[in-house]
Amino acid sequence: MRARPISPEQRARLRRAAAGAPRRPWTFWVLAILFGAYVLALYGPMLCIYVLSLQDIRGGLVFPMKGLSLHWFVDLFTQVRTGDVKGGFQRSISLALLVTVLTVVGSFLAGLAFRQRFKGDGVVFYLMIGSLVAPGLVLGIGIGLLFQYLGLPPSWYTSALGAHLSWTLPFGVLVMFAVMSRFDRSWEEAARDLGATRWQSIWLVVVPILAPGLLAVALFGFTLSYDEFARTLQTSGSLNTLPLEIWSMTLNVTSPSLYALGTVTTIASFLIIGMCLGGIALIQRRRARHNPSV
Amino acid sequence: MTVGKGHIELAGIYKRFGEVTAVDGVNLHIPDGAYCCFLGPSGCGKTTILRMIAGHEDPTGGEILIGGEDVVGLPPVARRTAMMFQSYALFPHLSVRENVAFPLRVRGQGQAERFRAADEMLEKVRLSELAHRLPGHLSGGQQQRVALARAAITQPRVLLLDEPLSALDEQLRIQMRTELRRMQRELGITFVHVTHTQMEAIALADLVVVMEKGKIKQAGDAREIYSRPHDRYVAEFLGGQNVLSGKATGAQGGNVTVGLQGAAGLCVTLEPGRRVALGEPVDLAVRRDDIILRRPEAGAVPEGWSALNTRIKAIEYQGLFVKVMLDAVGEGEFVAYVAERDFFSDPMQMGDIVVASWVAERSLLLA
Repeated sequence: MRARPISPEQRARLRRAAAGAPRRPWTFWVLAILFGAYVLALYGPMLCIYVLSLQDIRGGLVFPMKGLSLHWFVDLFTQVRTGDVKGGFQRSISLALLVTVLTVVGSFLAGLAFRQRFKGDGVVFYLMIGSLVAPGLVLGIGIGLLFQYLGLPPSWYTSALGAHLSWTLPFGVLVMFAVMSRFDRSWEEAARDLGATRWQSIWLVVVPILAPGLLAVALFGFTLSYDEFARTLQTSGSLNTLPLEIWSMTLNVTSPSLYALGTVTTIASFLIIGMCLGGIALIQRRRARHNPSV
Repeated sequence: MTVGKGHIELAGIYKRFGEVTAVDGVNLHIPDGAYCCFLGPSGCGKTTILRMIAGHEDPTGGEILIGGEDVVGLPPVARRTAMMFQSYALFPHLSVRENVAFPLRVRGQGQAERFRAADEMLEKVRLSELAHRLPGHLSGGQQQRVALARAAITQPRVLLLDEPLSALDEQLRIQMRTELRRMQRELGITFVHVTHTQMEAIALADLVVVMEKGKIKQAGDAREIYSRPHDRYVAEFLGGQNVLSGKATGAQGGNVTVGLQGAAGLCVTLEPGRRVALGEPVDLAVRRDDIILRRPEAGAVPEGWSALNTRIKAIEYQGLFVKVMLDAVGEGEFVAYVAERDFFSDPMQMGDIVVASWVAERSLLLA
């Protein structure tokens, strides 16, 4: 047989074969189709909303698209009849930030505490899991009733804050457990051995080493609180958070500015998630792979 | 008694973890500036002793004196000890230089000053060009040198090393062993090193402490430990000795005859002050390299030699010598290390009947 020049495709195929990657089995295609359908089901409806929010003034709530403009975004922030979007947004962001800070601090301390057994550790743990599995709406109603009974006015920064923490804190602690399992105790011991005080060993060693994990906890805390609906419904008082605002808009606003709102909040969420993941990636790139002992 | 600043004295220390006694009444003097190795299998309590000297563990009872003062209850800084952890425990988020400067940082030294000191230290361990790297980008040997530099930068009076070479491969281990000894001479401070590797201990230490089950079995200089083991445990743990069990069958002057199953009496010298009753079970140790193998037809062994008829079970070439495994008498191994040249001048085969012989007075009666 004569030697023929090999095309790039053939070469790629040969390389794959040499690397031990044979033709894909039929199961690959079945699973790929399933996955594709899943992604479509997940993002399809949302995509519809993003697309429909870009209509012009003639736009309605359903396809087909009428024109292409940012009209409804402007409308969202200028028209009063659409509801208190700006206020809701501010409250939701403030609440989410507050929840984030408390969740990170609480989870970090719990992570440190749960490294060894202490009296009542089992009780604390199961109480925590309990508040994680309790139905959010019921829990919210309970908190609302309790505030009423105590004669306290419910508001987003008291009752709703507590309701959100009942959800984000156990979540954060569970994430923290996973993070702490990769923490080498001898780092702390070494810090002490080298003369660091307890505070120095926490600030100069423990916190920086755990930083990516703490960022992950922060991310969870923020996103869980930012779009929490069930636990907020009966606890936010007279002023709405953003999810409540959107919900009330679905009841009485019949313009694509509802969709514009969906698009804006999604962008805000993605920005925050992106910033957190970027931060984690940056820390980890800067950092070496973990010690051989871990 | 005057004691140096790095003199360590352990006085009756013991340590219990719940039901388990990890360290069971240990007494020991470690002279100032000595290289001391604790040697024993895992779980023998050697690391616990190290951690108690370092101040990471408090003894359940007993005293630990460093430089003459009782340090029990003091934090590591007040003891002026520094510990090198088995995993090195380098801080993964700090560069090599920041790691080495860390002890000075927590002591409130300014950045310029502490980095200068760190750079000097890094020069000593020959890592200057890697000062800006993160620990994860270093090899095992380099990480170890960083850990050493970081531990030594505060000029401790005692440096404690927990299995410092166990994470390294064989060749590097031998290289770093030399490096550790060089650093110890250069710093002139007491090193206490924990290991389970016999060769590491006897190559490095001025004082070898052999431990078993929380107790010291024997402490002494390397040569003494290796060539004059006190009992069966030490002899077998250090290797290099054959331990033969028998019964005292006779006595003559300062010598005892030890009867072995199926062998003529072996003569061994009694140490002064040692008494053995007739019929008492005794252990006898003979160095593997003291054994000369003869063919049976070569005639009787000379006066003053002991001999044992046996058979060659296996032969292993070791380069410097040939390891000849012989049919054991009783329990334990019976091995002869034959110099390469001697062996190959008249090579023996597996299955050959041989006479293992040695100068009687070189054998030892074990406790």
